Amino acid sequence: MKISNRPLAAFAGLALAASIGLTACGGDDDGGSGGSGGDGGGDITFLPKNLGNPYFDASTTGGEKAADEFGGSIEEVGPDQATPDSQVSFINTAAQQGVGALVVSANDPTAICDALNEARDAGVKVVTFDSDTDPECRDVFVSQADAEGIAKKQVELIAEQIGESGEIAILSAAANATNQNEWIKLMEEDLAANYPDIELVDTVYGDDDDQKSFDQTAALLSKHPNLKGIVSPTTVGIAAAARYLSTSEYKGKVALTGLGTPNQMREFVKDGTVTEFALWNPEDLGYLAAYTANALIEGDISGEEGDSFEAGDLGSYKVGADNVVVLGEPFVFSKKNIDDFDF
Amino acid sequence: MSMTTIDEAVNERTYADYSRPLLWRVFMTREFAIIALLVLVYFYAYGNVANFDGPLTLYYLFLDMAPIMLIALPMTLVIITGEIDLSVASIMGLTSVMLGIGYHDFGLSMPLAIVLALVVGTVCGAINGFLVAYVGLPSLAVTIGSMALFRGIAVGLLGTEAITDFDEKWTDLATQRIGGDSSYPVILIAFVVLAIAFAILLHFSTFGRGVYEIGLNDQTARFTGVKVERTKFCLFLLAGVVSGFAGIFYTLRYGSARGDNAEFYELQVIAAVLLGGVSIFGGRGALHGVIAGVLLIGVVSSALRLENVSTNITNIVIGGLLVLSVISGSVLSSVSNLRQRRAARARAPVKASHRSGQPDDGEKAASE
Repeated sequence: MKISNRPLAAFAGLALAASIGLTACGGDDDGGSGGSGGDGGGDITFLPKNLGNPYFDASTTGGEKAADEFGGSIEEVGPDQATPDSQVSFINTAAQQGVGALVVSANDPTAICDALNEARDAGVKVVTFDSDTDPECRDVFVSQADAEGIAKKQVELIAEQIGESGEIAILSAAANATNQNEWIKLMEEDLAANYPDIELVDTVYGDDDDQKSFDQTAALLSKHPNLKGIVSPTTVGIAAAARYLSTSEYKGKVALTGLGTPNQMREFVKDGTVTEFALWNPEDLGYLAAYTANALIEGDISGEEGDSFEAGDLGSYKVGADNVVVLGEPFVFSKKNIDDFDF
Repeated sequence: MSMTTIDEAVNERTYADYSRPLLWRVFMTREFAIIALLVLVYFYAYGNVANFDGPLTLYYLFLDMAPIMLIALPMTLVIITGEIDLSVASIMGLTSVMLGIGYHDFGLSMPLAIVLALVVGTVCGAINGFLVAYVGLPSLAVTIGSMALFRGIAVGLLGTEAITDFDEKWTDLATQRIGGDSSYPVILIAFVVLAIAFAILLHFSTFGRGVYEIGLNDQTARFTGVKVERTKFCLFLLAGVVSGFAGIFYTLRYGSARGDNAEFYELQVIAAVLLGGVSIFGGRGALHGVIAGVLLIGVVSSALRLENVSTNITNIVIGGLLVLSVISGSVLSSVSNLRQRRAARARAPVKASHRSGQPDDGEKAASE
């Protein structure tokens, strides 16, 4: 007789739990038809990788600015951590709410795919921006910049800063980083074709590690005494290199440019270590993404290659191959405009 | 003569079967309070939150909560013994990676890859169980260690890569609905089967009685014949297997095997278990409360998400509920202790008179 005094209570509890499930089911059947669709025809939900990230705060600001212009509304939701699955419940919610469009920067190209497709089945237009998913999971990808544009802009900046002649080096991220390697290849081609007096003497890898990038910068400068410029197409690298230069004898003598964020680079631009560097403007990116979403909702475009639409102040855009819209060439930050940005 | 008196003494109970009537025991519990709160919140949201009555709400709610519902079952038993398992989410991550590697790199068929992943989950659970039960280390320390260890192996094996090329037949199965278009995903079938199995194990078996006894006092449990080591080992093993299963479901649902899958899920599981009325000190709790606890978290977060409330606020609400639930537990028990003591004091002379029979008259007479 080891039966306790709990079985009855447990049974009753399970029965209750079951009945909740059943009533829930019944209720669902009643309300099912009325609930879907929702009232959010032109509503756009912004779903960044995570909240509290200044970069995405800027893109949402851009989206809101666009919405003000075309008369829609923007709601920003998102997880507090950028884990691969954390966006799924927000995508599901958007599908439940029946919003007009979902503008998302994907934490994982595949993990959110099914959820996005379910949302599209429920009539939600899906625009990815900043970070894409697999192409079959979204209507349009709004890309910050294409590889050619990024490579060309960096070469242009360094050429201008060193007077189109002399030795330069590249401080990259990891040796097998796909993005960086593609840009480096394009930069080499551009240099060879258009800047005969500039010699690329070395490419080193800081692995996107602050200390290693710092050390690699020091090694570069002692190894190549005639070095006139460094290009670092990675935000970690350019900040570390700037930190080294700003405290060394090379400050102001060796030019540094590349891809960086205004918050990391502000002090080095102000103290004269760096004159100009590039990145896309996240506010414009959000602005364009919102206009793209609106064009999809309004039926102005279907997201197919060749469709074109107007995006307010940014002008006219065309959907390219793989249903990608490219924002344009990178944005150049300098002493004049750096205080307008906070990301 | 003496024999008969002993028999009588055994058969004749001198105290009530239960200290409270049946209805009281069913309704005046923390478990029932959570169930009532769940019903209340559900119907409030149903009536007041736009789109909560939509056909997708319950479907997504169950899909989202399924891993937590599954792991909460063995976790309830583990916590009732007074132990804890913090490594469950890391086991999910590791089984997720093993499923991916087994399928993609070793070229195993999906069922074999699933078996491989389950074996890995079992081994993880066995390591925890061995260290806690037989080596006698505190489970908090052991599972903090294995949480980092299993996660480290998982991330180490795959790096920042993800394996995503799973057979669609299987990824579709993970998100399929019962009967094709109901609000209930098929994972619920697995959950109901496991829930019934765990309910029988915990509430209707000698093993389950042992679980409670260990939580109340493992020395006395040992003296009353409970196999303390074996019980604890089994529970950690079960936690490992179920976490492995949850990891497989998670991987197939998102179609993505990654080392950092299901990070921080252990805290959600433990929060749900505690919200469901299980005492972190062990010895008390029941599965129906825990299931209601998980569903309550699911309903609250789903409703708040539909209202576009930020995750931080959702966390505050759920955290608040958890703290309230823990506080109310100890307040209720101290109140009922107080009442019991008072009642006992009031009853004491009456009881004495009952037992002694004859002399009682004399006592009364004397007092009169």
